[in-house]
Amino acid sequence: MLKQTEGSKAVAEAIALCRPEVICAYPISPQTHIVEALGEMVKSGELTPCEFINVESEFAAMSVAIGSSAAGARSYTATASQGLLFMVEAVYNASGLGLPIVMTVANRAIGAPINIWNDHSDSLSQRDSGWMQLFAETNQEAVDLHIQAFRLAEELSMPIMVCMDGFILTHAFERVDIPSQEQVDAYLPPFDPRQVLDPKEPMSIGAMVGPEAFMEVKYLAHAKQMQALELIPQLSAEFKQTFGRDSGGLVRTYRAEDAETMIVAMGSVLGTIKDVVDDMREQGHKIGVLGIVSYRPFPLKEVRAALVNCKRFLVLEKSLAVGMGGIVATDVRMAVTGTGLKGYTAIAGLGGRTISKASLQNLFLQAEQEHLEPVTFVDLDWDAVNKQLERERLNRRSGPIAENILHDKGMLSAAKFG
Amino acid sequence: MSFQPVKFYQTGTFTVGNRLLAPDERSEQANPQRSNSINSGHRACQGCGEALGARYAIDAAMAESNGQLIAVNATGCLEVFSTPYPESSWQLPWIHSLFGNAPAVATGVAAAMKVKGRKEVRVVAQGGDGSTTDIGFGCLSGMFERNDDVLYICYDNQAYMNTGVQRSSATPPAARTATTMPVGPEPGNVFGQGKNLPEIAMAHGISYVATATVADLRDLEYKVRRAMGIRGARYIHLFVPCPLGWGTASHDTIRMARLAKESGMFPVFEAEHGEVTGVLKIRHKVAIEEYLKPQKRFAHLFGKHAHPEMVERLQAIADRNIRKYGLLDEGSN
Repeated sequence: MLKQTEGSKAVAEAIALCRPEVICAYPISPQTHIVEALGEMVKSGELTPCEFINVESEFAAMSVAIGSSAAGARSYTATASQGLLFMVEAVYNASGLGLPIVMTVANRAIGAPINIWNDHSDSLSQRDSGWMQLFAETNQEAVDLHIQAFRLAEELSMPIMVCMDGFILTHAFERVDIPSQEQVDAYLPPFDPRQVLDPKEPMSIGAMVGPEAFMEVKYLAHAKQMQALELIPQLSAEFKQTFGRDSGGLVRTYRAEDAETMIVAMGSVLGTIKDVVDDMREQGHKIGVLGIVSYRPFPLKEVRAALVNCKRFLVLEKSLAVGMGGIVATDVRMAVTGTGLKGYTAIAGLGGRTISKASLQNLFLQAEQEHLEPVTFVDLDWDAVNKQLERERLNRRSGPIAENILHDKGMLSAAKFG
Repeated sequence: MSFQPVKFYQTGTFTVGNRLLAPDERSEQANPQRSNSINSGHRACQGCGEALGARYAIDAAMAESNGQLIAVNATGCLEVFSTPYPESSWQLPWIHSLFGNAPAVATGVAAAMKVKGRKEVRVVAQGGDGSTTDIGFGCLSGMFERNDDVLYICYDNQAYMNTGVQRSSATPPAARTATTMPVGPEPGNVFGQGKNLPEIAMAHGISYVATATVADLRDLEYKVRRAMGIRGARYIHLFVPCPLGWGTASHDTIRMARLAKESGMFPVFEAEHGEVTGVLKIRHKVAIEEYLKPQKRFAHLFGKHAHPEMVERLQAIADRNIRKYGLLDEGSN
């Protein structure tokens, strides 16, 4: 059913349609509206049977989900940013144990400085955790990916994060098609666990494993993700059959035919990028887009196939590998190994910095002319950076960095003198 | 509070022989049909108090739940010695996740059982004093506060034994550990405020809190059965001497537990909804030295460079316990 709704509300409705049995909730912006909506559905009796547990931390949220999933219940939670980092030990544990938990990550920057706005630093920090990660471009896709995620996680018995941009998607009101219960039931069978804690058939889960078997367990996590590379397109195709629309898959291209310059990105920024590419196409530029839906597993083959015919590509990412450059860009470059393609990295939108069409067009033109540095920081305030660097050169006790920069930008003056 | 009238003391011990008890009063360990939940062949040290305590506690819980029990284990000695790959001692469904999350994992298991309508299946979570009083304390408090249907058992051997005897917040003052060495003017662990977890559990107002020692295994069985008869969050704090960490003889584990109780150092009581409802009285009060001296972890308090003032302070702690919990019958001793 089409409705005008908030992204978080739409995702909550999609989760409810997936008949979760245990939901763990801990508030952290910007995912809070999702668990709030689910909590209301459980309390009103609309979503039943389901246990909604208000836990005392994200570490507990993931731990409760580990217990409920291991006991055979379809388990869900949502988090973001600091919350994801707080639960990291349990995040790795869930994948190590092979528990098919589904978690929404409402992508948000990681502090310090504390910042509630969107970028991809949080889930990308869990790149190697053994969790699959799918990135939604729109709220419709966020809805659809969650339904596919339960199916994918449970078929492989591995956990999955569905990543949606904090605020930009979670708090945006737009038209979303919410499927019917019959459609979701037809697509998503009940959870049939591979391992379950049950007095009828006692087993030990989580035993200590030494060097004699540890590598095999870890390799199997990798093998599962390699299987996911096959499964994700299948599930996407099947989704189209049931629900009548394209959603998910490993990668998606836009106006890529004959493109000499390709822009690679993940998440909601793809919308802005496509608008800029439309404008540039009208002006005669041979430019196209590659959107990566599945960040883990990373579709090396599909990325290579999408880029191999262009002349140059630019990876625009909302994340930063400090001391190196791009995180997604590294993977993309790995995919095109040996092609001799020119590759550029642009770091943009950290901590919710606006990514404007004007800035993107300027960036893409420079990429087209191959005038870019290997790593570009889009719309970075160089004056502010250089002023702080100079301050540090002049004073041993140069003070707190973020506060200095805010001061330089005049944002503290009101607080200080007002 | 006693669960059985003590009928007979074997000479020189306080042990009640099974032969002298009515069948329904006998230990679950005397039952040939007992579940042997933690089976033989595990790698616990000789004289391990925790292995003994776990055996009695989990078998009693299994008996009380008619074998419908799932166990959640924190990282620690019990987890490591019971499940060396590819073997497991556990004869019941058992999961180990992390050091600090056993109470939350147990909450999840209980929620799954509830949502599936399997009310007969009960959940027990267990961990050592490190996971209970330190790293898993937040999760434990959350589980108590929500009153989740979990019995949590803390096996308290007063330090991080699995990692090589480092101090935990359950380590007593003056005790030697690898991180509180017996050097300097105040050797051993500091005289801090302590972290009395049974009392903290009581402060959550949960339906049942009890302490026990491996010197009174019938009392332990009784308390586990009692706890299993109640729904919601419950807590049992079990005192389990550690020969390795304490520097005591393997054959002295039960004696050490008894001396801890008889000296007043470890009060044995039970409480309902935050109020103490019964205590196990001291039978033959002993001076704190009698408890401390057999333990190498307190050796620096005696001998050539003795610290009688620290022994006095430990005696004062025991005396305070005796007053606070009424551990002595009036007029006795």
